[in-house]
Amino acid sequence: MSVVVYVESAKGKYKKSALEAVTYAKKVADLSGTDVKAVAIHSDAPAEELYAVGANKVINLTDDSLKSISPDAYGKALAAQIDGEFIVLTHTNDGQAIAPFIAVEKDATLVTNVITAPSSVSPFVAKRKAFSGKGIMTFEAQGAVKVITVLQGAINVEENAVGGSAEAASSGVSAGVVSVTGEETAGDVLDLKEADLVVSAGRGMKGPENWGMIEELAKLIGAATACSKPCADIGWRPHSEHVGQTGKAISPKLYIAVGISGAIQHLAGVGSSDVIVVINSDPEAPFFKSADYGIVGDAFEVVPKLIEEIKKLKNA
Amino acid sequence: MKILVCISSVPDTTSKINFSADGKSFDKTGVQFVINPHDEFALTRAVWFQEKQGANITVVTIGDASVEPVIRKALAIGADQAIRVNAEAEDSLYVAKQIAKIAQEGGYDLILTGRESIDYNAGAVPGLVASILKMPFVNGCVKLEVEGSTLTATREIDGGKQNVSASLPAVIAAQKGLVSEDELKIPNMRGIMQARTKPLTVVEPEAVNTNLKAISFEAPPARSSVKLFDVSDVASLVRALNQEAKVI
Ligand SMILES: Cc1cc2nc3c(=O)[nH]c(=O)nc-3n(C[C@H](O)[C@H](O)[C@H](O)COP(=O)(O)OP(=O)(O)OC[C@H]3O[C@@H](n4cnc5c(N)ncnc54)[C@H](O)[C@@H]3O)c2cc1C
Ligand SMILES: Nc1ncnc2c1ncn2[C@@H]1O[C@H](COP(=O)(O)O)[C@@H](O)[C@H]1O
Repeated sequence: MSVVVYVESAKGKYKKSALEAVTYAKKVADLSGTDVKAVAIHSDAPAEELYAVGANKVINLTDDSLKSISPDAYGKALAAQIDGEFIVLTHTNDGQAIAPFIAVEKDATLVTNVITAPSSVSPFVAKRKAFSGKGIMTFEAQGAVKVITVLQGAINVEENAVGGSAEAASSGVSAGVVSVTGEETAGDVLDLKEADLVVSAGRGMKGPENWGMIEELAKLIGAATACSKPCADIGWRPHSEHVGQTGKAISPKLYIAVGISGAIQHLAGVGSSDVIVVINSDPEAPFFKSADYGIVGDAFEVVPKLIEEIKKLKNA
Repeated sequence: MKILVCISSVPDTTSKINFSADGKSFDKTGVQFVINPHDEFALTRAVWFQEKQGANITVVTIGDASVEPVIRKALAIGADQAIRVNAEAEDSLYVAKQIAKIAQEGGYDLILTGRESIDYNAGAVPGLVASILKMPFVNGCVKLEVEGSTLTATREIDGGKQNVSASLPAVIAAQKGLVSEDELKIPNMRGIMQARTKPLTVVEPEAVNTNLKAISFEAPPARSSVKLFDVSDVASLVRALNQEAKVI
């Protein structure tokens, strides 16, 4: 028996969210007195990254039929790996696509968007996100098998080195019904959902030509960039940067909001960030009520100073 | 082409969310309900297929009679008929099983949903429907075309996009980008008048055993009040982020 965890990787490394998922699985395993089996699909990332956070076993499925994601085939292959009560995935788009197929295949209980380690494993009691971050639901899940997706950024990665072993395996499933015909991934741009630090800007920037300093600040601290909804709607920034209730929901360690008023729909997507810094020229901007640190001032004056001061800090 | 669009009736995005004093339930007092914003992208794309490719649109909602104004709005936007499954949604599996039954009986070619409901936030119903019906599933969908019995779509993934194809019938979970914001339709007078006479069928739910229940709700933890720094003292903010918050 073990707690199974599906681990996503990209560019030869396990995603940060995969390490979060393993950390989560380790907590569930400790509470239920079992160990952790991580399952990857066509991953070229080193298994050691997973032993370090508590995975005792790492299985890499290498069937040709699993070369690209089709939720039905991935679901079937992962369901076959379950040998206990739990499988943990990350609440990425891929995780959300696969988890329901595992649940139906195993007649299991599906719980998504989970944000805390369980207070009990039998029944399984923990908290999940609800009302787009405006509420938190405590749930109880029964049933022989539970499929759990964990919100990206909700669980801190914890070092928990164990001696592990890795093997490549074949699942034997046939190819799925969805064919991937192409993929575009942004080269070296940090993924917003995976990022620990995010620099975001809104209509206060006046126009897309002024984003240079936002990108510079982000690059300096190793952050991803985001924007408010109107900036994406009017084409100043790509849709993939839009955060909030109708865009991406993120929970980074640091969220810097520049020239964003802090509308309730915006806060719904970023309010669970650990630390929020707001830079806004209007002292009455609602965002200041939901911030930890703030500067009332003109972004065009404050951001360059911020860049300068951070450079000083880095050079110190 | 027959399209089924799954619509969830949710609190307006500006709503303050309050829970009953015992924390056991969501307090609906004074809350305005709207079409789940992600479902609006799905519905609007369906209307495009209706106008350009002669599709016929049914909307389905699992909810009690109080959701009917939201269903009428979907009809006013352009759906041809509606089905309401007369039940309070219990959890994702419960909703998915009701939808799967309707979908099977109606023989739809395309089942469109939103990415997630903004109240339950599961992102689970569409995948469950697809899995129960053994249909191809594409989520995070930002582009969708149908030609004959084949669909091509673009889905968002971490760090990029993926182009996919599959054959119909299929389940698609839509998100922002599937149609542009200015294509979202505000019902006009004619649509509202027509919606009054479009068929809305009420059916009783199928019994479903669920193993998941909500025990209680709470508001997210409040932040202590903001620490403000002067424009002339950005250095102190940087120091605080470095030494106090330890985030840079
Ligand atoms: C159904 C629905 C869903 C929505 N979903 C989302 C969502 O997911 N995400 C989202 O972001 N919004 C969403 N919105 C929109 C939301 O209500 C706000 O309209 C939006 O967030 C405002 O964006 P903003 O803060 O960039 O612009 P504004 O509200 O125009 O605010 C600009 C801010 O910049 C400040 N400013 C101006 N000049 C400067 C300067 N020189 N220096 C510093 N500050 C300056 C101003 O004081 C102001 O506070 C949604 C709305 C609806 C109706
Ligand atoms: N009660 C409901 N009635 C009809 N469709 C629903 C209902 N709940 C959820 N859906 C659909 O499933 C999608 C995902 O919802 P969820 O899994 O709850 O996040 C929504 O965007 C809707 O399209």
